[in-house]
Amino acid sequence: MTGCLRITANCPAMKYSVFSLLGKAFNGRQKWPKIIQPQQLKPAYDIVIAGAGGHGLATAHYLAKNHGIDNVLVLDSGWIGGGNTARNTTIVRSDYLLNASFTLKNFALQLWDGLSQELNFNLMYSPRGYIDLAHSDGELEHFLLRANAMRLGGANAEILTPKEIRAKVPGINLTRNSRYPVSGALYQAEGGVVRHDAVAWGFARSASSAGIHILQNCPVNDIKVQNGKIAAVSTPQGSINTGKLLLTAAGATPGLAAMTGISLPIELINVQAFVSEPVKPILHAVVNYNAGLSYISQSDKGELVMGGATDAYISTARRGSFTGIEDTLARAMQMFPFISHLRLMRHWSGTADIPMDGNAIVGNTPIENLFINCGWGYAGFKATPAVGWAMAELLASETLPELLEPFSLDRFETGALIDDAGIGPYPWLH
Amino acid sequence: MLLINCPYCGERDQSEFSYGGRHAKYPALDSTASIEKWHRAIHLHHSSQNLIREYWYHECGCEQWIEIDRDVDSHEMTPVSGADEPITRDQG
Repeated sequence: MTGCLRITANCPAMKYSVFSLLGKAFNGRQKWPKIIQPQQLKPAYDIVIAGAGGHGLATAHYLAKNHGIDNVLVLDSGWIGGGNTARNTTIVRSDYLLNASFTLKNFALQLWDGLSQELNFNLMYSPRGYIDLAHSDGELEHFLLRANAMRLGGANAEILTPKEIRAKVPGINLTRNSRYPVSGALYQAEGGVVRHDAVAWGFARSASSAGIHILQNCPVNDIKVQNGKIAAVSTPQGSINTGKLLLTAAGATPGLAAMTGISLPIELINVQAFVSEPVKPILHAVVNYNAGLSYISQSDKGELVMGGATDAYISTARRGSFTGIEDTLARAMQMFPFISHLRLMRHWSGTADIPMDGNAIVGNTPIENLFINCGWGYAGFKATPAVGWAMAELLASETLPELLEPFSLDRFETGALIDDAGIGPYPWLH
Repeated sequence: MLLINCPYCGERDQSEFSYGGRHAKYPALDSTASIEKWHRAIHLHHSSQNLIREYWYHECGCEQWIEIDRDVDSHEMTPVSGADEPITRDQG
């Protein structure tokens, strides 16, 4: 171990309440306790989690809460809320056709509902309804199939006529002479948005107050494999021994897996998102345009939050491009022509790790005490609590939960792919 | 936005092209290559190298497939050639 790291001061996180808020208000808003408790790094842990994004921190939270395991370290090369967890458009929904995808995301949707209370941290879950627009009768038929599958799985799903869409989204353009007229929509009332950085900080605060160590700005530089098992991770803070290792670092996961000799069937692709200047409330629901892809919602501050498809070629640039902006905005303007009067205020991008069938890779690896959670591409935020829950169960019990069985790494070799869109091994098209 | 130097047409906007992915080597279709070999050829392309060789199709131009070497972080690129044989087969 090199260097003494943190001063130990093990005070549990303060419980937020209206009284603590008022008390601090009269107190000049001073002395709020730190969300992450200062901790002394130990030379060894039962479990090391590489990646302090939503998924890694949710795993840590449920390890403590559901299994009473707290000898855990969560590491990140960056800062909390600096990766894909805070680079998405905050949408949550479970409108998937295939069982594997639907079950996991619908379980997540149920967990989102109670998480603010559970974490004592306002995640601002707003089930404002998710409206997926169909642009042809054929597409609407497919949505009907998907809605029925969702209902069989126990979720709510409705098919909306254009008139019903108008009632929920008064500002939408439903004229028949538009480029891709809207013929109906799939509607999931429980879908909506969750404040993304609050998710990262809420889970971090809960895990930290349970005694789990969280270390930011500390990359894993190498992974030591001994006798076919993970022995330690090497970091700028020294070598840290571990009983089990979970790689859950989105775009950085293939590089980490390579340190253990495992190749992942993943390509890295840039995804962009942006917000407009704030305007008065105009859009209550989350709306998705399906001729191409463009999804839009309005934040509580009034900004229109917009995202679209990936940049569609391999890239780790994390930079924007006008091609991507134009592509998404052209579609957004088909839905809401008034957007042409607005200016973009902020714009960002992230590296999506997209597997060859477009679906995540979660579970065991050929190395006994190495576990993996990656390949969420640009669809992982909504699954955060469910993945954390199931991954904690896997790490604690070493038995693969039924929920995760379809997402195994070996499915690419056996052929049991879960290709929601039926696209094939072309990650840039997923 | 990428500016792609098509060997047939010169510098053109990326929006004229569609993407064909990494330059890949597949086992010959009539070979007795193992499942493992096909799995590697189809799925396991990722490498930590920034420089990759890839295919682009000049859809709104000469309608030719071209091969490009590109740095996936800086996007610096050199056109390699027209890809007369878009799938390079080994002796698998």
